[in-house]
Formats: sequence, structure tokens, C-alpha cells
Amino acid sequence: MKNPFEHLDRVLEHRVRLQIMSVLIANESYDFNSLKEIVSVTDGSMASHMKALEKEKYISVSKSFIERKPNTRYKITLQGRNVFKRHLDALEYLIKQQKR
Amino acid sequence: MKEIQEYEKDLASIRSMMERSGKFISLSGMSGILSGLYALAGAGAAYFVMQYPNSPLRYWQDPVGEETTLLKLVLIASLVLIISISTGLWLSHRKAKKSGTKLWNATSRQLFVNLAIPLCTGGLFILVILFTGHFGIAAPASLVFYGLALIQGSANTYDEVRYLGFLEIILGLISAMFPGYGLVFWAVGFGVLHIVYGAIMYNKYDR
Repeated sequence: MKNPFEHLDRVLEHRVRLQIMSVLIANESYDFNSLKEIVSVTDGSMASHMKALEKEKYISVSKSFIERKPNTRYKITLQGRNVFKRHLDALEYLIKQQKR
Repeated sequence: MKEIQEYEKDLASIRSMMERSGKFISLSGMSGILSGLYALAGAGAAYFVMQYPNSPLRYWQDPVGEETTLLKLVLIASLVLIISISTGLWLSHRKAKKSGTKLWNATSRQLFVNLAIPLCTGGLFILVILFTGHFGIAAPASLVFYGLALIQGSANTYDEVRYLGFLEIILGLISAMFPGYGLVFWAVGFGVLHIVYGAIMYNKYDR
């Protein structure tokens, strides 16, 4: 890796977004409320992070109703998977270099 | 640019998120179908050991009293169990490899513990039942304990496992009311239900 910083993704620099992506990469899909609980942030901040990730096309959204309550589920996209993996590799590389 | 400690924290938080949110999704539908078929084969063998040539739907009383019959039944049941578990592990391993995850991770470890507690309890309980001669409730007990194990384990895997668990418990309880028909209920619970469940899962997730 020539310049690992180039491989870091600006959107994923924010830890909450990174955590959201970690949950989505480990699961086929996840709903808004469970995601919010596990990352432990407020409704509003959660919504804005999801919007940001959606805008980058890192995640896809599907909305439905379960017993008349809206249920929003998120899935990671192929692009999101690739960006996440590159970001993770760069993180590891940076830390390894530092330890030397 | 962040400090290196920040990157380390990032990495640590990724790991903890993945483990905490994780569901074990390497379960294969095909292994459900196959273990159902093994169970039916086992039930067939058991039928020939104890009941043949009487109809499997006919009630009979205390037929397992002979020691050799009991031994044969235990042997058949253990064989079905071992082959089912090996098939399940092998297919899950294959599926995990395909999706780039590990079979043995924090989630599957938790799933394993959650399954093992009710299953071992049930296994020991059934051994006690057999030693004390209450053969009639061995099959219902195995269904009920298996159902409890599935419900317990479902927290770490697909939701459908939970419904399968409820069905096994209901079947086990009904079976307890008809002690002479244990084998039939056992064949339905471990054979038919597994095949149906496996087919649904295969269609939904594996194709």
C-alpha cells in the first residue's frame, strides 16, 4: 500500500457510520430501531447518518409495514462492501506500520 | 487526519459491533432436508426393530422392554444424531466459506452454548427415563427439549428456527398424551418438520 490514507473513506471516518457499516456487513439486513439500539445514538443523528450512507450508495433501504408500524430495513450494497473492506485494510495497515 | 489511537479504536469498535449484532447465517437449508431424511430412515429402521409387522399407527404397550431392542433403538437414534450433526457442520462450513465468514466465531460459539444447555439436559433426562423404564415418554421428551433448544438458539440465527422450535414443543406435548405412538410423532417432528423447514430455508436463503 503506497499511501494508506488514500484508501481511507471520508464518509467512514465518522465512527458511528463505521459501526453501522460493521453491523450491516455481518448481517443480511438490519432494521432502523435495532441498529439504533446497538450503536446507541439518538433518532435524529441516526437518521442523518443513514441518509449520508444512502446518498453514497453504500446501503440500500427497504420500507414496509409490520402491524401498521413502519419498518425500515437496511442492506449493505456491493459498493459499500468494497469501500468498507478497503477502509478496514487501510486501518490495519496504518496500525501495523505504527507498531513497527 | 486522526491519531493512530483513534484508528485503533475504530478497529476495536468494528469488531465489537460485528460480534454483538451477529446472527449465525451459515445454517444451510439443505442440512435441514437431509437430517429430516435421516430421521425418517431411522424411524423406519426403528419400526422394523420393534413393531414389524404390525401397523406403525397401531397402539402397542411397552414393546421396548427387551434389552436388545432398547439397545438397537439407542444405536439407531445415536447414528441419526451423529450423521445429522456432521452433515450440518459440513454444509454450514461450506456456506460460511462461500460467504467469506468463519464457521466458528463469537456468534456461533454463543449459538452452540445456547443449544447445548437444553440439549444436554434433555439427553440426560431421556437416559434417566430409559433406565427407569418409562419408555413411553422418551419420544415426547426428545421433541420438547429439542424445541426448547431451538427457541433458545434462535436468538443467534434465523427467526424461522424459533417457529420450528414452537412446532416441536407442541408436537411433543401432544405426543405425551399418546404414549404408544411415540415413533410416529418422532418421525413427524424430526423427519417431516425438518424437511419442510429445510425446504423453506433453502428457497428463501440458499438459492
